[in-house]
Amino acid sequence: MLSQQDMLEAERHGKQVRSIYVYEAPVRLWHWINALAMVVLAVSGYFIGLPLPTQPGEASDNFLLGYIRFAHFAAAYIFAIGLLARIYWAFVGNHHARQIFMLPITNKHWWSEVFFELRWYLFLEKYPKKYVGHNPMAQLMMFFFFTILAVGMVITGFALYSEGAGLGTWSDTLFGWVIPALGGSMQVHNLHRLGMWIMMTFAVIHIYAAIREDIMSRQSLISTMISGWRMFKD
Amino acid sequence: MTETFYEVLRRQGITRRSFLKFCSLTATSLGLGSSAAPTIAHALETKPRTPVLWLHGLECTCCSESFIRSAHPLTKDVVLSMLSLDYDDTLMAAAGHQAEAILDEVKKKYKGNYIVAVEGNPPLNEDGMFCIQGGRPFVEKLKETCADAKAIISWGACASYGCVQAAKPNPTRATPVHKVITGKPIINVPGCPPIAEVMTGVVTYMLTFDRIPELDRQGRPKMFYGQRIHDKCYRRGHFDAGQFAEAWDDEGSRKGYCLYKMGCKGPTTYNACSSMRWNGGVSWPVQSGHGCIGCSEEGFWDKGSFYDRVTDIKAFGVEANADTVGKAAAGTVGAAIAAHAAVTALARARQKAGDSATEKQGEN
Repeated sequence: MLSQQDMLEAERHGKQVRSIYVYEAPVRLWHWINALAMVVLAVSGYFIGLPLPTQPGEASDNFLLGYIRFAHFAAAYIFAIGLLARIYWAFVGNHHARQIFMLPITNKHWWSEVFFELRWYLFLEKYPKKYVGHNPMAQLMMFFFFTILAVGMVITGFALYSEGAGLGTWSDTLFGWVIPALGGSMQVHNLHRLGMWIMMTFAVIHIYAAIREDIMSRQSLISTMISGWRMFKD
Repeated sequence: MTETFYEVLRRQGITRRSFLKFCSLTATSLGLGSSAAPTIAHALETKPRTPVLWLHGLECTCCSESFIRSAHPLTKDVVLSMLSLDYDDTLMAAAGHQAEAILDEVKKKYKGNYIVAVEGNPPLNEDGMFCIQGGRPFVEKLKETCADAKAIISWGACASYGCVQAAKPNPTRATPVHKVITGKPIINVPGCPPIAEVMTGVVTYMLTFDRIPELDRQGRPKMFYGQRIHDKCYRRGHFDAGQFAEAWDDEGSRKGYCLYKMGCKGPTTYNACSSMRWNGGVSWPVQSGHGCIGCSEEGFWDKGSFYDRVTDIKAFGVEANADTVGKAAAGTVGAAIAAHAAVTALARARQKAGDSATEKQGEN
């Protein structure tokens, strides 16, 4: 339903008004804070698994991995709290704020739009369509590779965090069960790292698609995530 | 008839006067008041020591080997004074039908009041024919013996998780005790073997307090398995400092730096090695320069190499670690994006040419 509504909105306004307010301030702020947190998490996480070369000098003079782990945990808290705040905003924000949390999977029209977008990306469609929020294909990808994955990363991440925090801490109470459920600490470490790679691969696709659509499609994308306004080019 | 605690104390040369003093002191320190002293004395005088039946399934006896080396408390005190070890295939002198008869006797006499300690696990394939004792499958003996037990102790990685005989592809279908016995309190004491003092510690706790120790989610006593090796490792300072042994016998290895990069499983292993150590506190793996192999973790044989930190994940018949998979995926996607961008640019250029051509046609 959403995309149909968006379509109508876009087609109706497209010719008359040149822009629509899509992303509210909290969504935009979250997007960029989240992006930054993800960069810190991926880089620090990579070096937690495969640490940098040995530091010279006394152990008491160094705290390199300690700082890296601190950065990882701090960014993890920002990422997790940001995600909670973003879920809250899905309830109180405009309907675009709900897009990445819900898929209209029962809507046949939405599915046809997904396939239209797929054909567009495969160069089988000559002209792109106009969308106010995410296009249906982007929404689908965003739901699985960001929303679901991010929740998974938060759960496995805090489960691993609870190992250091200790029995009886809040992270252990809430997420400690994940460790035996997924087959032990080592397995959770591995899956968490695999999740990082999937997330990063998706980030690359996300950035490419955003830049490409910004150039190729009939609406603005990147500036929309800064100003909140979607500009229509024709 | 099994001796009471009082009889054992008297036999060890403790006077009745000292015994009564001990009872008053215990009553006071427990906050029960002086009136409880006779109750405690009465309990110790009349309560028989708990009989323990020690069964051996598919195993290597490393748990027993570890157990008999306990220093605090000494094994002789545990076996001869504290508990009444009524059956243990490898330690007892009796054999044959006489030995097996003890099982039935204890079962009847101490119904619901004896402890079963299981070393090893039952194989379930071929109706349990891969482990035969006294002419019948071990799994039957285990089920029968556990039926009237008060509690069950699963010794070692075998009984707790399956260990090497349950490693993939597990041809005999060796199965951990808690998946065969249900409805009884089961204490998992994993490790290959568990630390001697952990074993005697668990037994002592159960006999002294007459209840099972507090367990974590995986049924392990919290007091010994509540923390990882890594949390109390004496090399932890080097980990936080970012100082690692990068190869066997390199400078870092000689200086006793952290073995994380050499695949030490300390950060993913719950056990008491780094605080209690082995052989009466003489040493333990990390102290002797080798990383932890994670022997007290579930399925540790199937969790990749002992010498990798980012280990292999086995799925869909492929063995690769997260980094290999991730880099391959990122590389493929990167290449695909480059190709896609190139095609996009090409298509756009062609379309523009086409558009301008149509425009020109329109003008004509």
